[in-house]
Parts: sequence; structure tokens; C-alpha cells
Amino acid sequence: MHLFLFLLFAMLCVGGAVNLLIQQKTINSALSLIVVMGSLALIYLLLGAEFVAVIQVIVYAGAIMVLFVFVIMLLNAGAEEYSPGSLVARIVGIPGLLVGSAIAVGVFLRHGQQQLVPIGALYGPADKVGILIFTKYLLAFEVTSVLVLIAIMGAVVLARRSDS
Amino acid sequence: MSALTFLIVAVIKIAITIGVLLTVVAYTVWLERKAVGRMQNRWGPSRVGPFGLLQPLADGAKFLFKEDVTPPFVDKPLYLLAPVLALVTALTSIAMVPIGPIVHLFGISTPVQITGVVDGAGHASDINVGILVILGLTSLGVYGIALAGWSSNSKYSLLGSLRAAAQMVSYEVSLGLSLIGVLLVSGTLSLRGIVDAQLGRSFGFIPHWNILYHGQFIAFFIYMMAAFAETNRVPFDMPEAETELVAGYHTEYSAMKFAMFFMAEYANMVTVACVATIMFLGGWSGPSLPFLPAAVQAFLPLVWFSCKIFFFLFVYIWIRGTLPRFRYDQLMAFGWKFLFPLALANVIVTAFFVAIRA
Repeated sequence: MHLFLFLLFAMLCVGGAVNLLIQQKTINSALSLIVVMGSLALIYLLLGAEFVAVIQVIVYAGAIMVLFVFVIMLLNAGAEEYSPGSLVARIVGIPGLLVGSAIAVGVFLRHGQQQLVPIGALYGPADKVGILIFTKYLLAFEVTSVLVLIAIMGAVVLARRSDS
Repeated sequence: MSALTFLIVAVIKIAITIGVLLTVVAYTVWLERKAVGRMQNRWGPSRVGPFGLLQPLADGAKFLFKEDVTPPFVDKPLYLLAPVLALVTALTSIAMVPIGPIVHLFGISTPVQITGVVDGAGHASDINVGILVILGLTSLGVYGIALAGWSSNSKYSLLGSLRAAAQMVSYEVSLGLSLIGVLLVSGTLSLRGIVDAQLGRSFGFIPHWNILYHGQFIAFFIYMMAAFAETNRVPFDMPEAETELVAGYHTEYSAMKFAMFFMAEYANMVTVACVATIMFLGGWSGPSLPFLPAAVQAFLPLVWFSCKIFFFLFVYIWIRGTLPRFRYDQLMAFGWKFLFPLALANVIVTAFFVAIRA
């Protein structure tokens, strides 16, 4: 059952990602990205990380993608055009993809087996995630918040530039 | 409890809850028309049945049999998807809401909550991130409105849904922050846990509701104001401002598709009322009336819960009959410059007191 659900949501996730690339209308691409975010949340849920799963929905599928859709609506962006495609991508693309997947599969086969943990043994509930963020990963957390602050200030500067 | 019994109980609970919810939605519309009518010195619906009580049924039949016009200029897949998305997200939220304590019927014990179960020790438990699931569903509900406006391919619809998207994203921040104070004093994200933390009484009659006992009344008012904006109700109903935008995001919708947006709006009102009841007013807790027979006593929690929901729905209607609409820039300024700092201050002060007590 668990494997079936995983395969279902994994296929939904990959299908959404592919659809994101091949759709011509911008809004359809944005909606595909929402599907990708949503199925990622469900995969987190399968791993027993319910807090991260819900936060994924609220932050990514909810807030960030609403802003994407908002901007697309505001600009009234229409259909994109297909480019003829680059020569490099046509030659290197598929062999590169195969080599990359082979390396990934090799790494997982060699090292993945030792890491199997039962569901629920990981940091699912909110309190455990919070304790981890504010003890073990405090530095990374604070640095990220400074990064976000810089991004916000950059956005304000860019938005204000036209005034002066 | 075997898997089959679990399935049957779950299906029955879902059927009853959705049935009750849709009835409440239908009769909230009736109540609104009736109450606003009396506030404006008219009768409201009075022709179909006694006091117009059959009006919701007549409206439903009318919506079903009206011609369903799909304008030729719409983006058809998204145009069809939008009302479904709005209604599904609005109706799903009720699954997280704990309506009452455990009931014992036909030898089966189950909590009055779709996602609630009785664990081995006989305690009721539910999703341990329940409130976040409701917030997540609310944030997904924006897509129904946003896509409705975009796919309609019409100026009024697009303007309405742009307003709705901006307004809902802005007020969601204050709404979430206003709930954090309650989560801090409760120490849990489970809605049932939050209600259980408020069940006690001081001196035998003062309830331990978060709004008073933990001093969350500022959070309560922030929540109510943000919730009015989230559900696009007067005085924050710019997305469907009739005088400016015809009908806003659902201008191009007719018949049952329009009714789905309408139902979604009222279902969201009920959900918001449920969350306010659970977070601030102690859920199903209320005065115990020991002189009543035991069979009636068993229904008291449901009665108290319904009374609180009715109170919130009436306040919605009352305010609609009282206040004029904001201007759009006033709405944004109010949300970001007043509600948001106030909600932040509430979080900091509450966290301070929680830290002192700990």
C-alpha cells in the first residue's frame, strides 16, 4: 500500500514537472508546479513528516504559488513560443541524462541500504522540528533569515528606484 | 475496532457532517436574507413555505435547472476547474473540526469529528497538525477564485480575482499570527487538544476559554477581522463589489457553477466560525445542566457548539447589515499597517507570559 501510494505521488510529481516544461500557456505551467508541490507534500506525509508536509502546502503550494499565479494574472501573460532548441542540448542532452541517472542509481544502490528507517522514526511532529531548528541547525536557520531579509531589502530598493 | 467497522463509521460520519454542513450553508443564506431584510425594514423571503423556510430548496432547484451558459471566450478547462476547487477546499476543512467529545452508540465509541479516532486507552485523538491543515486548505482555496477570474477572460472577473488573491494572501498573515498566541498557551497544534486545554473552570463557573482565561481577546478580534477578509465578506467584499465589478470573479458563471462559489463562500464562513469557536471560545464546552435527563445531557456539547457557530454566523450577517464597504487601499493599509503589527505584538506579549509561567 505504502509503495503504491509512493509510486502514485512520485508519478504525479514527475508528470507535473514534465507538464510544466511542455505547456505553452504560462498559467498551466504554474498550475503544474502546484501539482509538483502538492505531491511533494504527500510524499513527505508518507515519510511520516506531517508538519513539514503541511508547511510545504501552506508555504509553497499556498503562498508562493499564489504569488506566481497573481503575477501571471497581473501581466496577463499569454502563450509562450517554442524555441528551435540548442544544438548542445540535442547532442549532449539524452546521453547526459542517462549518465546522470546511472550515477544517482549507483550511489543509492551502494549507500542507500544502510539508511532505511521505519516510518515515524524521523522528526515528524512540530515540536521535534522546532527543537532541531533552534539547536542543531540554529546557525543555518539564522543565516537563512538574514538571506531572506537581504532579498526583501533588494526588492524594496528595486521597487523604489523608479520614484527618485 | 476492525477495519470494516472503521470504514463504515467513517463513511457515516462523513455523510452526516457534510449533510449538516450543506443544510447549515443553505439556511445561513435564508437567515442572512431574512435578517438583513428586517434590518433594512423589509420582509425578506416570505412566500415559499412558512416564514420562507423552503426558499433554500427552491433556490437549489432553480440553480439545478437553469441554463448553464459557458461563454465562448473562456479558457474552458480552468473555467470548469475553478468552482470545483473552491467548493472542495471549502468543504474539506470541516473534516478537521472537532465538534464534540466521544459518543457511544451501538457499542461503538467514536469522537464527533471526521478525522478523530479513539485510541487504545479510550482517549480521543486527531491529526496532530489539524489547525495547519485547515490553514493549508484555506490557502489552496485562493486558487478557485484566482482561476475563476483568469479563465473567465473578462475585465471585471480578472480585477475581482486579482483583488481576492492579494487580499487573501495579505490577511492570511495576520490570521495565522493571531492563532499563534492560542497555540503558544495550548502547547499543541491538534484542534482536539486545544479544546481539551480549555475544558476546565475557575470557581466552578468561569470557563477557561482562551479569549478570557489566557487573555487572547486581542488575538480574537484580529482573527475575526482577518477572517472577514479571508471569506470576502462585507466590509471586505471588494472582490465581488457589485457597484464596481458587476459581480467580481464569478461574473461569467451561471446556474450550478455560480451556486458552487456561493456555497463555498458560506461553507468558508462556517469553517471560520468553527475555528474561532475552537481556538477562542472553548469548542463544545459550556455550562453543565445537571437537572436535565442523561439522554439530553449527552447532546449538550453539540448544542453549545451549535450555539457558538450560530453566534458567529449572526455576527457575519449583522455586520453585513451595518457596515459599508472599505476602499481597496484602506483595506490593504488596515491589513498591513494595523492588523499585522498588532498580531505580532500579541505573539510577543503572549510568548513573554508563557515563558514567565514556564
